[in-house]
Amino acid sequence: MTAAKEMPTHFLSSFARLEHQLGQGGDAWFHRVRKEAIGRFAELGFPTTRLEEWKFTNVDPIARMPFHSAEFRADGLPTERLAELPLAHAAFEQRCSRIVFVNGHYNPQLSSRDLPDNLIASSLASAIERNTPSVKQHLARHASVQHQAFVALNTAFLQDGAFIEIPSGVTLDAPIYLLFVSTADEPIASHPRSLIIAGDNSQATIVEDYLSVGTGVYLTNAVTEIVAGENSVVEHYKLQDENEEAFHVATVQVHQARSSIFTHHSISFGGALVRNDVNVALDGEGAQCTLNGLYVTTHKQHVDNHTVIDHIKPHGTSRELYKGILDDRSSAVFNGSIIVRKDAQKTDARQSNKNLLLSENATIDSKPQLEINADDVKCSHGTSIGHLDEDSVYYLRSRGIGAKEARSVLTYGFANDVLNRMKLDAVRVRLECALLARMSGGHTQLEGL
Amino acid sequence: MLEIKNLHASVENNEILRGIDLTINAGEVHAIMGPNGSGKSTLAHVLAGREGYQITQGEAIYEGKDLLAMLPEERAREGVFLAFQYPVEIAGVSNMYFLRAALNAIRKHRGLDELDAMDFLKMVREKMKLLDMDETLMNRPVNEGFSGGEKKRNEIFQMAVLEPKLAILDETDSGLDIDALRTVSEGINRLRGPERAIVLVTHYQRLLNYVVPDFVHVLSEGRIVKSGGKELALELEEKGYAWLEESAEPMKSGVNP
Repeated sequence: MTAAKEMPTHFLSSFARLEHQLGQGGDAWFHRVRKEAIGRFAELGFPTTRLEEWKFTNVDPIARMPFHSAEFRADGLPTERLAELPLAHAAFEQRCSRIVFVNGHYNPQLSSRDLPDNLIASSLASAIERNTPSVKQHLARHASVQHQAFVALNTAFLQDGAFIEIPSGVTLDAPIYLLFVSTADEPIASHPRSLIIAGDNSQATIVEDYLSVGTGVYLTNAVTEIVAGENSVVEHYKLQDENEEAFHVATVQVHQARSSIFTHHSISFGGALVRNDVNVALDGEGAQCTLNGLYVTTHKQHVDNHTVIDHIKPHGTSRELYKGILDDRSSAVFNGSIIVRKDAQKTDARQSNKNLLLSENATIDSKPQLEINADDVKCSHGTSIGHLDEDSVYYLRSRGIGAKEARSVLTYGFANDVLNRMKLDAVRVRLECALLARMSGGHTQLEGL
Repeated sequence: MLEIKNLHASVENNEILRGIDLTINAGEVHAIMGPNGSGKSTLAHVLAGREGYQITQGEAIYEGKDLLAMLPEERAREGVFLAFQYPVEIAGVSNMYFLRAALNAIRKHRGLDELDAMDFLKMVREKMKLLDMDETLMNRPVNEGFSGGEKKRNEIFQMAVLEPKLAILDETDSGLDIDALRTVSEGINRLRGPERAIVLVTHYQRLLNYVVPDFVHVLSEGRIVKSGGKELALELEEKGYAWLEESAEPMKSGVNP
């Protein structure tokens, strides 16, 4: 691991080209946001392992790779190739509103034609172009470019992503499905940026799904800002299942108002290097936050999950469960930080991280961090790291189940705890299939598990 | 059905079974009794195929085959079943899935079609009634959050579903109240039949009031020191194990003068 700061020169020159290409046109405020972000990124550079937040994740391979920006191509992804993807089954597809991005660019051909008219859902690029007031109000106001280099990079290269605004009092019956596909046919960097605004008393389910159709190296550097209004209910899924050369860095920044309920499911099946930052600010009394995570790694994959739950106001509740299944020489990091501010009395926070090592060569660095500044709070955390229980394997075998299948079933059972918390059956079933396919010698007898 | 000859087994060079001879025929119920540490559970697990035992001498021939050479799952598929003294909890895997996977593995081995979900459920419901089990247990993870009694009942229920030829019940009666003991015993009695052999490994005579054995064997220090009919169990109840251990002593010195 190197400690030297890698100068992000090719990103800086790409930015200059982007600036030139976009000209000085467009909105002045947006131009300022971008300029400020690239300035900050030039100062920060790519993080090194000397930084506490990046101690176990070396991004040198990203810094060294001469990625270039993806250009929009209408023929970027034929529908046939989309059909190769392990998407949720057809019934789900028909019911939900789908917005598809190919290499970071909105693709109208692959997206649902009719989006429900009780919400605003579009590409972020067109929302910026339309000068949407709420975009101006919220975009880049929550995810900070000051300390997070990848957020700064994303903001500098911000071109497109999803913009979802659910008006106050509206309950969406069907989920909104945001599909980010990378074609992986050249080493491109895409910086999808999404803004999700849930109005007061609204309710919505949003799925972000990151997939690749090819096998080459590329970088996805995504940022999603979620603004949960008072008493709103937001269920957010972030699914990631990319090829084993892919680099994936993503930040989910959430702002919760009074009595809002936010649930996040983060599933990482890993690329070459995956880093997820989930930062939630419970900035209103009685806000409730649930973070569920599952990471499954093999070969030389690396997945790093950093979460920050910031209890700012009283009576907040947070529940966090992250589980990892690590095979072969793969590695993972869990860093879960819970902050309870001075005013956040009666906070009730629980965190748990459990890891199953399927190989002697897999490594996990698990670090809970509690920073409590209020005196009347309940906070707990726990970490476990272990192997499959041999007594359980024997028990299953003594009933006629083969050794390999017994191990698969137990591994699956370990993950099931997280998957069972998902309300969307279609997504859960798809993940169950992906999980079983991941496990070597995965059997197919799925029903009723 | 099962013929055990001069079976010696050790754990980490510590000999636990020191020459067991036992013949079990189809249709018979054998009780193996003995004090703590006599090797009862070791015998049960050696027969079921748990890893970690070294067989140093002897053999166990099950239906003409070398039982000890088979993998645990192969033994189960051939019809050997062990009801665990301490059934294992399995998080995230429902009882339903577990049992169906087990049954279908066994059926496949026997050349039968796998049961589909509907047929399986129908069969399972009938068997649950026999053991007075709550149907909701089927959707719960295997043994997780079950009471001691529920776990033991679940073992006998699994046996009822898997229909083994040779069932070994390791202290199924321990830790049960009298109602649960009656239900479990009734379940065992219903599974008695001319095709099936049952081995009851127990510490207490109480179970044998409800499941009356054809033969009783007393295990002490890794050997069967006495065999007899059901009346032997009553004698043990009355006198305890001490008199047998004393009478076993001369045999030992006789072997090694």
